[in-house]
Amino acid sequence: MTTPLARASRARPLGRMLVVRVLGTVAILLVLSVIVFSMMHLAPGDIVKNLLGNRPSSPEAAAAIRAQYNLDQPLYMQYLIWLGNALSGDFGQSIRMQDSVTNVIGARLPITAALTSVAFVLSIVVAIPLGVQSAVRSGSWIDRFATGFGIVGLSAPTFAVGLVLLYALAFYLPVFPVYGAGSGGLDTLYHLALPGISLALGLGAIILKFTRTAMLRELESDYVTFGRARGLPESQVQRIALRNAAIPIITGASLVLTFLVGGTVLAEATFALPGLGTLLQGSVLFKDIPVVQALTLLVAVVIAVIALLADLAYIFLDPRIRAKEASQ
Amino acid sequence: MNTEDFVSGTAGVRVTGLGVSGPSGQFVAPFDFSIAGGETLALIGESGSGKTLSAKAIAGLLPIGFSAEGRIQLTSGAITLPASDAIWRATRGKRISLLLQDPFTSLSPVHRCGMQIGITIAASRDGKISRQDIQTQVVERLTEVNLPADVARAYPHELSGGMRQRVAIAAALATDPELLIADEPTTALDASNQGEILDLLRRLQVSRGMAALLISHDLGMVRGRAENVLVMRHGEIVERGATSRVLRAPDHPYTRSLIEADPSLTGRAAPDALPISPADFLVTATEVSKAFGDKVVLAGVSVAVGRGETVGIVGESGSGKTTLARCIAGLEHESGGLIEFDGVALAPGRASRTPAQMQIVFQDPYSSLNPMMNVGKSLRLALSVARRPASDVPGLLDLVDLPAEFARKRPAELSGGQRQRVAIARALAVRPELLICDESVSALDVSVQKQILDLLVALRTELGLSMMFISHDLAVVRQLADRVYVMRDGKVVESGSCQQVLTNPSHPYTQALVEASLHPPATQTV
Repeated sequence: MTTPLARASRARPLGRMLVVRVLGTVAILLVLSVIVFSMMHLAPGDIVKNLLGNRPSSPEAAAAIRAQYNLDQPLYMQYLIWLGNALSGDFGQSIRMQDSVTNVIGARLPITAALTSVAFVLSIVVAIPLGVQSAVRSGSWIDRFATGFGIVGLSAPTFAVGLVLLYALAFYLPVFPVYGAGSGGLDTLYHLALPGISLALGLGAIILKFTRTAMLRELESDYVTFGRARGLPESQVQRIALRNAAIPIITGASLVLTFLVGGTVLAEATFALPGLGTLLQGSVLFKDIPVVQALTLLVAVVIAVIALLADLAYIFLDPRIRAKEASQ
Repeated sequence: MNTEDFVSGTAGVRVTGLGVSGPSGQFVAPFDFSIAGGETLALIGESGSGKTLSAKAIAGLLPIGFSAEGRIQLTSGAITLPASDAIWRATRGKRISLLLQDPFTSLSPVHRCGMQIGITIAASRDGKISRQDIQTQVVERLTEVNLPADVARAYPHELSGGMRQRVAIAAALATDPELLIADEPTTALDASNQGEILDLLRRLQVSRGMAALLISHDLGMVRGRAENVLVMRHGEIVERGATSRVLRAPDHPYTRSLIEADPSLTGRAAPDALPISPADFLVTATEVSKAFGDKVVLAGVSVAVGRGETVGIVGESGSGKTTLARCIAGLEHESGGLIEFDGVALAPGRASRTPAQMQIVFQDPYSSLNPMMNVGKSLRLALSVARRPASDVPGLLDLVDLPAEFARKRPAELSGGQRQRVAIARALAVRPELLICDESVSALDVSVQKQILDLLVALRTELGLSMMFISHDLAVVRQLADRVYVMRDGKVVESGSCQQVLTNPSHPYTQALVEASLHPPATQTV
């Protein structure tokens, strides 16, 4: 009998695959950077006027802008200089706030990162167990409750949920604060509870649906029947099924997370949180191009990294995908 | 019904009044049986006969909406059906274990084999066993089913079908049950593996003094591997008795028809074909090779199909026979070699081929027909490719012996055999010169298999078709092939006229295949 186990030779192709994936992500980001760079030139109106913003337009100021943005250089040089600066973290000056873009974003990033994490963790922790239980006890009251929860979560807009929560839990029953980001640590977590919940409801509903569907399919498979047939405890059978259902669930969760990264603006606006969402909103309205450029790139990088992590998770979770990747 | 009492011995299992009811009434009429410790009872029937429902009833795993009645008396106590979940939790595994048909789906694909056996061992001891002891036991269990210890670290997809079923057997027996129910344990496997697995089950069952219920659609397979037989049809036992007696002198006409339909029990072969000159070759494949990544699937394969000739290609799964067919049909791009049709070289891929040159009938009629289209629409679509009018649909159905009303049915309303007839009709809609049948009857029951084979033989004569018939089952191939190629590991190991290869196989692998298909062990293989 031949042993088809040639594991040692598999580590190398896997490493090569990893390099290929990362290079692919970098290539996509480079293409995106070209698009983001051209935003400045494609924005309607005179480029110098756009970059001057509200400042008085004098010949000297115009010359300074031309020098600062290298507008006299050929376009590709402008791009390369801009890209070089961007890579070293320098996105120029915010037109609206007269501060470096890096500082402006740096000040807002923690609150959005915290809000995203709270909402994501909350939706995962609630939706996955609920989805598993509603699949295992399909048709029971817990399944009906989960289905109802899913419909509400999917159909209720974030700002509406936010307003209801504000009214119910901050105004009528003043348990949570009405607005603001708090003073750090637990206080911030306390302030982020309501916005976190209002974001998590929609996300959780999607993850719940993914989990329930994936689990229902896995629970019907032969290996579950065979597991029960040889006397495995029900909890173990469910764990095995969940491990098999992990890939669609992770796909769902990563989609939800990428949506979340760009979608916090509604919750931030409702709860008056000074995060990246409100910054993006203000910058777009004000045509603060350098800030919009930097935020767009930041979101693109985060989404690319999430997609890469999800891909790696598939490879980690499913030996068949691993074998296929290694053989290519 | 024959009522001879074949029960002997005291240990084992006695089942009385076992019946299964579903949403639309009774599926299995109550019946009794006993199996002594160390003995096997075979339950034979075609799909839909109720044999699998009976098995699941005894394991407490009936689908929702079904309920069982009856009483199961084991050495360690009795269970009255329907039983509560708590009773089944204490019974399944430790007392009754069920081995499923398809080793490709019955093991979790993302868990290592050792782990899947290990958790079963842990469950049977209620978790009171150390990690170290589990590891040792897993290796012992693997050795018991003739697998090397490093299989424990393998994932199911890294193993062949036969090895997977061995892992499943090790897992099913890891709890040392009193009764093992094996539900069609070899149907998904190739001929070369089937005998080995059944003999392994037999050996383990006898050495443990365990009772076994072997469920099969194949009466030939149980010869010498079961003491007694029950034959089930439409949810009723139509015949019961000692295996040798039932095979030799069946009482019931249905049992007789099963024996007659079984190719391994009757052994007909086509007469020796006349040699064909190269000028008469319709399709030739010369030194065709194909690799997926590092995995070489075809290593220089040369085959030819003459005009009006039927060529059988035999080999186990993974031998490359399906890939060869897909290369010839242009569904796969060969990495090297030459494929010629009518003396003209064809470039790899579908673009260089026309539908009227060749058509394929696939293995699984349940997935090869679009479930959302009725039969008529599927056929009209195929006819339109050849610019034939939609009015040809009744003629096409008639060709495969189906009434014209079938045009309005959807695939879900058809049986497996009827679906495969529709698939054949669809392939013939463009009047192809070559029909490639890729395991086209292996998903069907024996008696249906025979009807489809008879249909193919009739069509071949009627339409002057050339045919390439791919199968893992030599017994099926020899019923209609003029010439045979035997493939193994991406190479042709033997070829020649069907008669010659069957009566005088020169390659050891062919000899083993012929052995397996002609002589299911006639005596006890203990």
